[in-house]
Formats: sequence, C-alpha cells, structure tokens
Amino acid sequence: MTRWIARQRYLIDYALASAARRRTRNIGLLLVYALLVFVLASVMLFSLALRHEATAVLRHSPEVILQRMVAGRHDLIPPGYAERIGRIRGVQKQAGRLWGYYYDPVMKANFTFMVPPDGGIERRSIAVGPALARERGLDENTGISFRAYSGKLFAFTVGAVLPQDSELVSADLVLMHEDDFRAFFEYPAGHWTDIALSVANPQEVRNVAAKLAAALPDSRPILREEVLRTYASIFDWREGIVLTVLSGALLAFAILAWEKASGLSADEKREIGILKAIGWETSDVLKMKAWEGTLLSLSAFLAGYVAAWLHVFHFDAGLFAPVLKGWAVLYPRFDLTPAVDGLTLATLFFFTVFPYTAAVLVPVWRAAITDPDAVMRA
Amino acid sequence: MIELRAITKAFNQGQHNEFWALDGIDLTVEARRVTALTGPSGSGKTTLLTVLGCLARPTSGRVSLKGEDISGLPERFLTEIRRRSFGFVFQQFNLIRGLSALENVMLPAYPLGPEFGALRLRAEALLARLHLAHRREARVEWLSGGEQQRVAIARALINDPEVVIADEPTANLDTALSRQFLAILEELSAEGRTVLLTSHDPLVVESTAVHRVVSMRDGRLVAA
Repeated sequence: MTRWIARQRYLIDYALASAARRRTRNIGLLLVYALLVFVLASVMLFSLALRHEATAVLRHSPEVILQRMVAGRHDLIPPGYAERIGRIRGVQKQAGRLWGYYYDPVMKANFTFMVPPDGGIERRSIAVGPALARERGLDENTGISFRAYSGKLFAFTVGAVLPQDSELVSADLVLMHEDDFRAFFEYPAGHWTDIALSVANPQEVRNVAAKLAAALPDSRPILREEVLRTYASIFDWREGIVLTVLSGALLAFAILAWEKASGLSADEKREIGILKAIGWETSDVLKMKAWEGTLLSLSAFLAGYVAAWLHVFHFDAGLFAPVLKGWAVLYPRFDLTPAVDGLTLATLFFFTVFPYTAAVLVPVWRAAITDPDAVMRA
Repeated sequence: MIELRAITKAFNQGQHNEFWALDGIDLTVEARRVTALTGPSGSGKTTLLTVLGCLARPTSGRVSLKGEDISGLPERFLTEIRRRSFGFVFQQFNLIRGLSALENVMLPAYPLGPEFGALRLRAEALLARLHLAHRREARVEWLSGGEQQRVAIARALINDPEVVIADEPTANLDTALSRQFLAILEELSAEGRTVLLTSHDPLVVESTAVHRVVSMRDGRLVAA
C-alpha cells in the first residue's frame, strides 16, 4: 500500500511538472473549462436556490385552494360553499380569502390587494410590500390614495411596511381591512375570492381534492404540490432558455477545450516514447496522464463552481438574474439561501471532469501502446 | 547472458514496403563484457540492439536472458525486465526537456515507488560520479552535448541495471568527449556490468575498452 501511494505521488509529481512545462496551453484550458463550469453552475445554483425559496415560502400555504369557475374563468365564491365543504371528511380547517389585483397608473404596475387571514389591519390603514414602498416612497404613516375600478377615490394610511425577508412573495402586496377591501372592489357580503383548506394528513390531500371536485363541480381545487410543481417547471423552463441561448457559446468552448486536450503535440508523443523506453509501462503513462487531466479538470471544476457560488450568492447572479428571475415593474430584492443538490453537483462534475479526462487519455493511450523502440528511430 | 537464436525482424510485414531488418541472427552476449555492434547504416545494428534490450520483439526466433526464454512474454513483463535489467543511452540522449538533470536521472525509478530521499541520494551520487553534481538543478536543455550524455548515462544507471545499452553513443560528441565516454565505459565494465553498444566510430570500435566487436551487413552477422 505504501509503495502504491509512493508510486502515485511520483506520478502526480511528474504530472504536475509536465503540466507546468506546458503552462500557457494548460492555463488557457483551465480558464476555458472554469468558465464553462462557472456558466453551467451559476444557472444551476440560481435555479435551485429559487426553487428552494419557492418551496420554503409555500411551506406554510394551505394544502388546497378552492376556486370557483364560470365559463372557464375564475369567479367569486358565493355564500353557502363553505358549509358544503365543511362536511367533507379530512378537511381540518377552511377560510375564505379575499384578494385581487389593482393596476396603479402612477407606477404602471399591478399590486396585489389582500385581506390577511388573521386580520390585524385597522380600517383605512394598509400594510405594503417593501418593493412597493420603495418605488412609491412610502413609509409608516404616509398617506396614499387609490382610485377604485368604480371611479371612487380611497385614501389610506400606511400602518406598516412588510419585512424585507418576505420580499420574494410580498414585493407588490397591499394588505387591508376586510371592510375596506369589500368597499374598494365592491365585493358583496359573504362572497370570497377563493377558499383555503387545511388537510391534516398529506396522504389525504388528493382524496379531498377529488371529493371537492365531485361535491362542487363548478370549482377547481388547486393543490400546494401542484403550485410547487408549476414553480419548478417555470424555473426549469427559464433555466432551459438560458442554457439554450448559451449552448452555442458553451459548445464552442467545449470543442475548443476538447480539441486542446485531445491533441498530442509531437513533443508530448516523443516524451511518452522516452518514458516507455526507460521502463515506464503503458499503464504508468496512462495513470500519469489521468492524474494530469484529473488535476486540471478538478481545479477548473472547483474554480468554476466557487466562482459561480460567489456570483449567485454574493453578487446576486448579476449575469443571469434578469432572465432567471423573470421580469416585473416591482422587482423584488431578496437574498437567496445557498442550496446545493448532490445530484446536480454530481451531474455537473461528471459532464466536466469525466469528458476532459477521457479526451486526454484516448490519444495518450494510442501513443503509449506504440513500441518503445520507436524512440530509438526518432 | 543474452542469447539470440535465429532472430528475424520485419517491418511493415505483408505490405508492399515490407523490409527485413534482421535475417537469422544467432548471437551470444557474454556477461560483464563490452560488446560493440558495428556496420554501415541500414545494416540492422540498432534493430538488433532493440531486440537485445527488450525494446522490440523479434518477428521470429528466441531471446533468452540468463537462460530464461523471454521472447513470448507479454509487454508488461518485458517492461519489468527492461526496467530492472537494462539501462539505455540513446543516440539523441532523449532527455525530457524542461526537467532538471536530477529529475531526468530519477525518472526510470518513478514507477517502482522507492523512498524519495534514498532515490534522490542515489541520483545525486551518480551525477557526482559523472562530474555533474554542480549541474544537477540545471534544466537539461541548458547543458552541453557531453553533459547531456552523462545525464543520460546516469539515468541509465539509476535502477542499477546489469546491462547498459548505448546506441551510437559518440555520434554527437567530439574526440575529447568520445574519449571521456570510453573511460566511463571502462568503469562500467570494471564494476561488472555488461555493455552493449552500436557504433561505426573507429575510435570506439578500436578502443581497448571494447572487448568484442560484432560486424553486421544487410541484417546478418558478418563475423562474431
């Protein structure tokens, strides 16, 4: 074992010396590969962190949301629905929700008006999301008025600005009292935008949804897991778009790196011949070159991955954020929580380190199986 | 020590440019002696040297080393034999550019995984013996022809081989350096090593350091 380790140390030592002798070429390769890993890892890390964020945000949302449909479009829930739901087994808690969209001509942006489930907002007072507060220059006790769709003007006082850490979901939010909401949107009493249902047993969620669909055929149950899946699809789709746009450049880089890695110079071929002639086995040459390839691609992988990490989690993914986050007038500012997925990491590792090492080894193997006497005739 | 029986060696066999470099060679190389293969260019000297040094396999015939037939051994075992029993000094020296003289000398021992300190000491001792101690850290491309050859000799001796093989060792040296090489040859022989070399340099062939001269022409031995 000790001898095996000593041999590997000699081979690594030689591989490093060999890499250092072709410094310019190897530094070029290292940079190209690190850039490749950086781009791929940035997109992957950012999308993954967004997915994690969405999952964390939705963790406390209701298991099922029931919406009423009229002519295929979302409509208000009329009185009496809540009572009918109450009889369905498995539903632990239900609450009607009030929310709607308001287009603000001043900012040319949509706000989400909502009544918080636990109340807590006084009449004529509102709590606003941080992005909205920032853009409209609002602070506590500032006055603001909105013209309702009916044409009436409603004046409010900002009671609170929602905390920054909820900005991903609360950027455009305006929370208000139920009476104000109903007056603003002229919602009739007893009507709700939708109904949030709590189901204690996660195994029961689908059954409850099926029972709801049967009991209330004009309604649409939306499951939390479906919302999560939709978010995941959106982020996957955006990730795909970015990668598609970048694929040409990535492919060009990959081909360049492959070409550089797989081409053996006459000098390298001669060197392999000498090593064989002085007593190195084909396997020794291959191991040494494998070490060289692994060390180079591993360094590129680590450098690219660390740079991507810093780019995404310390510099807000400045290069890809606009595409990956989506676009909005009220753009949320938020810090992503670093998240690493083992499978993603392994996939990236496999597709960067493995092809490079293979690209290096194939021509070396071809050169190394030639007879060592070739060096005598050079 | 090394015995060749009915050795032939063909290049590009079966093709239009087929060429028989060796044609029925029978030769016994005695241990602890300096044997020189001589003959005109294309006579098969270098090819014979590669067969003797296990660098190449014969197309037909048998090679025995210390009574053991090694002609049929797989490459791995031949490499092992080559590494332990033979040290090579090539005509172009074939040193690895960019590495120091010391690193070049140590190279053949790397696959054996010896203790680093001991290996380094051994390499330094060999360089000192060949009057190159002061040049041990110099990159080989900065050395003169004579110095490069001495590095190549030190490299050939690092695994303490019984046989040293040298292909046209004086082809790139002037008379003074050639005489220096012959002096080293005598030393190697005196310490009990077998030396095999090719040369058509009269200075070498007629030297007292060489015990036996084998002449070749057209892939055959002229006189043994």
